[in-house]
Amino acid sequence: MTKFISPKEAAALIPEGASIMFGGFMGCGNAHKVIAELAKLGTKNLTMISNDGAMFNGPDGSEYYGVAKLIHNKQVKKMFATHVGLNPDVAQQMNEGTLELVLIPQGSMAEMIRAGGAGLGGVLTPTGVGTIVEKGEHVHSKVEIDGRVYLLERPLRADFALISGYKIDKAGNVWYKGTTRNFSEAMATAADTVIAEAEHVVEIGDIAPEDIVTFGVLVDYVVAPEEAQ
Amino acid sequence: MENAKSFIAARVAKELKDGDVVNLGIGLPTIVPSYLPEGVNLVLQSENGIIGTGAKPTPDQADPMHITDAGGQPAIASPTGAYIDSTVSFGLIRGGHVDCTILGALEVDQEGNLANWIIPGKKVPGMGGAMDLVVGAKKVIVAMEHTAKGSHKILKKCNLPLTAINCVDLIVTEMGVLEVTPKGLVLKEYNPEFTVKQIQEATEAELIISDDLKAMA
Repeated sequence: MTKFISPKEAAALIPEGASIMFGGFMGCGNAHKVIAELAKLGTKNLTMISNDGAMFNGPDGSEYYGVAKLIHNKQVKKMFATHVGLNPDVAQQMNEGTLELVLIPQGSMAEMIRAGGAGLGGVLTPTGVGTIVEKGEHVHSKVEIDGRVYLLERPLRADFALISGYKIDKAGNVWYKGTTRNFSEAMATAADTVIAEAEHVVEIGDIAPEDIVTFGVLVDYVVAPEEAQ
Repeated sequence: MENAKSFIAARVAKELKDGDVVNLGIGLPTIVPSYLPEGVNLVLQSENGIIGTGAKPTPDQADPMHITDAGGQPAIASPTGAYIDSTVSFGLIRGGHVDCTILGALEVDQEGNLANWIIPGKKVPGMGGAMDLVVGAKKVIVAMEHTAKGSHKILKKCNLPLTAINCVDLIVTEMGVLEVTPKGLVLKEYNPEFTVKQIQEATEAELIISDDLKAMA
C-alpha cells in the first residue's frame, strides 16, 4: 500500500550509511525536493548509485543541481556512476581521498540495475571487453559464448530508490515527462524501499493503464507537493 | 588548416544516408548534421532518453527541468520521436539498431582500437555511454583533427586506456579519410592541401595507400 509523505519525512527515512539509487541524468529527473531535505539533514556515508553527479548551476536556479548538493556536502562516501565530468566536486573529493568512485559504462549500469530488479544473476555484455572496466569490482568474470567474449556484470541493488514522476496517482502509479524517466524505471524495481516524488498528485484513472510506466505496486512512498497534503 | 572542423564535418556528412539512426558525440560531431545534403534526414539518438531528437527547442518549447539531451542541455523529441528509458536506449545501442556513431578520439590505432574517455591522473570524467556506443553501433566514425598540435594521435598502438578494442571503421581528419582494415589503415582519400608524405609524417601508424586514392571533396 503506497503511503503519502512530505519531502522532510521521506529524507528522514534514509539512515546513515544507506545505499541509494537516484533516478536522473545530469539532474534531469532527480527527486529535487527530497534531495534538498536530505542535504539539510546532512545524513552521511551514503552510497550513491547515479548516472552522474549532476552539475553546478541548475535550470531551477540552484547552485548545486539535484544530487550535486549531496556530493558538495560530502555526504557521499562511495559513488557508482558512468560520468562525473560536469561536477568538479567529484574529482576534488576523489583526490582528497574522501570519495570512492566506481565508473561503469552507462548501458551496463542500466542493465545491471534492471537485472537486480528482475531477479537475474547478472548481465552478459560485450561492452568493456579489452578495457580497464574488466578489473571493476562489479565484473564477475569474462565469458566466451559461441565465439564472442562478454563481461559478466553483477546485478545492482540498493536499500532505497529515489525517483521523480511528473504525475503520480493515488495508487502510486507514475507517469514521467520528457527525458526524466532515464534510470528511474529500472531503479524502481531494484531497491528495498522505493520513494517517488510527485510533481502533481492525480486521481486514480487520470493516468490511463497503458500510460503507466512505474506501477504503484513498486512504490512504497509517494512524496506529495506541499499543496496536495 | 583553417576551418579544419567544418571541413571534417562536411566530409563525415557524406557517409550518412537518409533515415540513418545516428548518435553524435560531443564537440565536432555535433556540427555534422548542418552539412547534410538536402533530402538526407537522420534519426538522432540522445542516449539519456530520446530516439528522434528534434531541432533545438525554441524558448517556448524548452523545458530544461524535464527534457534535455545527454549533455544536460534543453532538447526535445521531433514530432516522430519518442522518449525512452535508459535500458531501452542502450538496448538500441548494443542491439545494433544505431547505424552510426560519430565521435572524437584522444588516440586511435591501426587495429581500430579507440581511446577517448580518460587521461589517468589528469582527467577522469568517465566513459558515459561511449563504450556501449562503439561496441554496438553498426559503423563507428572517428572525426578529429589529425594530430594534437603536431603530436601523433593515429598510432601503431594506443597508449591511453581504451574505450573499446577493434571498434573503429573510419577515421576522417582534415588531412584524409582512413579506413581500418584487417591489414591496417588504408588511406582512401587525401586533402590536396597536403602531400601523402605529409599525411604519413603526421601519422605514427604506417599507411597503406589505396590503389584508388582520391582527393577529398
